Amino acid sequence: MSGNGKALLDVREISKYFGSVIALKDVSMRCEAGQVTCLLGDNGAGKSTLIKTLSGVYRPDEGEYLFDGKPREFGSPREALELGIATVYQDLAMIPLMSIWRNFFLGSEPTRGWGPFRRYDVRFAKSKTREELSRMGIDIRDPEQAVGTLSGGERQSVAIARAVYFGAKVLILDEPTAALGVKQAGVVLRYIVQARQRGVGVIFITHNPHHGYPVGDHYVILRRGRVYGDYTKEDLGLERLVQMMAGGEELENLAHELEHAAGKAEGETSDELARAAQTLEQEAKEAKEPGH
Amino acid sequence: MATETIPPAAVPVDERVRQKSRLSKLLSRPEVGALAAVVIVWVLFALVASKHNFVSWATTASILNRAAPLGILAVAVALLMIAGEFDLSVGSILGFSGMVIMVLVTPQTGGGYGWALWPAVGVALLFAFITGMFNGALVIATKLPSFIVTLGTLFAFRGLTIAVTRLLTHRTQLGQLDSVSGYGLAKSIFASNATLFGSQFSIAILWWIGLTALATWILLRTRVGNWIFGTGGAVDAARNVGVPTRRVKIVLFMTTAFAAWLVAVIQAVQFTGSDTLRGTGQEFQAIIAAVVGGCLLTGGYGSAIGAALGALIFALVQQGIVITGVDGDWFQVFIGGILLGAVIFNNFIRRRAALR
Repeated sequence: MSGNGKALLDVREISKYFGSVIALKDVSMRCEAGQVTCLLGDNGAGKSTLIKTLSGVYRPDEGEYLFDGKPREFGSPREALELGIATVYQDLAMIPLMSIWRNFFLGSEPTRGWGPFRRYDVRFAKSKTREELSRMGIDIRDPEQAVGTLSGGERQSVAIARAVYFGAKVLILDEPTAALGVKQAGVVLRYIVQARQRGVGVIFITHNPHHGYPVGDHYVILRRGRVYGDYTKEDLGLERLVQMMAGGEELENLAHELEHAAGKAEGETSDELARAAQTLEQEAKEAKEPGH
Repeated sequence: MATETIPPAAVPVDERVRQKSRLSKLLSRPEVGALAAVVIVWVLFALVASKHNFVSWATTASILNRAAPLGILAVAVALLMIAGEFDLSVGSILGFSGMVIMVLVTPQTGGGYGWALWPAVGVALLFAFITGMFNGALVIATKLPSFIVTLGTLFAFRGLTIAVTRLLTHRTQLGQLDSVSGYGLAKSIFASNATLFGSQFSIAILWWIGLTALATWILLRTRVGNWIFGTGGAVDAARNVGVPTRRVKIVLFMTTAFAAWLVAVIQAVQFTGSDTLRGTGQEFQAIIAAVVGGCLLTGGYGSAIGAALGALIFALVQQGIVITGVDGDWFQVFIGGILLGAVIFNNFIRRRAALR
């Protein structure tokens, strides 16, 4: 599982600027078939810019974008999609007012007939939607149901099943587990593993090391628009990852600051601040030494 | 592979699906509110105006003849609304198209160009497509709400029509289209009447029904229809899965312009002329018809059949008021009430349908 296999998607030292803002600087990462690359980073680290660059929304200002070993430049997400780079966005994956089967085939509708009589093959779309979802182990009630009536986990799962069905070679998942409960997140993680087993290269963006670690093969950590670290699973235990992600050092610093403030302040407020500081210190400790 | 352990998909009955009754399935269609309103308004006038022959072929014919031009506009406007955009300029494009035809066919002595009818109709169509494309491109380029952009073009196109017509011909009304070569054929295609049950039905009714059927087929049974719903439902999500949302919008702005052109041709041929103010206010009637027909103002939901029924309600009320001898001033009160009633009813039904 080391990085010497042939990379399906390989970006080298790409940079992206918005006016005077440096959104990405010299970012390199790769994703191989049948592997999960976890992309980790805090808010503002440049994750969304990187995702949008990988999925063809933005063009990098500098650097190289290789797919299947060939340099590429995408004018639109459609071009990336045609090569097999599919992106599932957190909130923007599905259209709530449309039925599941209409959503499943949106943008790639199967057709029947010829010329002006070419029409949407509705029967095929409905039965295929049901079939593909149950192949991924997703049990939907009724393909006519509006997507807006599904839960968040179900929506993400349908979006992943759709991307896999349409022959995604690389699947970019933008925080698919972020707004989900424990059980629902588990469901989504199972589909990520399924996609990997089918030979899809997955780029999994997450905040949560407990979601990222078990499914990931290697981990890219972004900070302030740069790659802060690139590790394989062997390099990095869950503890290290949790610590990096939870920002253990920062929590500790914050605890000290608050303690200091509590010492200066008086009366009730000082008690409250002291308690807050204690809690934070505890959290920082837990983040450093997990094992539970 | 883990997928192989999952049993095949043949699960015909899922115990979590409650068999929805036929009635509740019907009630979840977007056009159901408009259908109910058509029935209610018709029954109302049938009772109130029974002694004025409301229930007769003659009245039915004149209701349908009135509904047809508005229906053609409303169906196109509904498609655009489902894709999440407004076109307030259809009335102005209607007036503009009519005057393009009339100025081109008016003899040179009258300040026109003396063309035959068909080339003029073709050029007017070209102009209509250009105005539609202009609206669409402006909305996309500026990212402004189409409500504002087309509110601007509503005035701009109307002003342009009046100014250019006056500049060339020194008039605001041009006539005598029936003396232009090509009129006979145009008359039979756009403005002929068929006598059925002793009443005159205009051919515009066929255009109206035909376009409604075509629009419905496109919406529900083609890829483009899926794209229209997707574009209006969530434009970013649609773009992300590869729907050409910009092209969808521009083509639909061109479709509303096409509908305006078609109505302009029908009316110019029917009345053998046109007026620079023709079509004024039609944009609002078309939007009302579409909304009464179940279109959501926010896009992503609606129906062409509903919009056609919305236009029918307009005509029913207009004709009913004329026939009962009620002061015509009450027409707008009626229409406003029906609009509010239909929107409230639609909301209620949609909530019920979504929650099952």
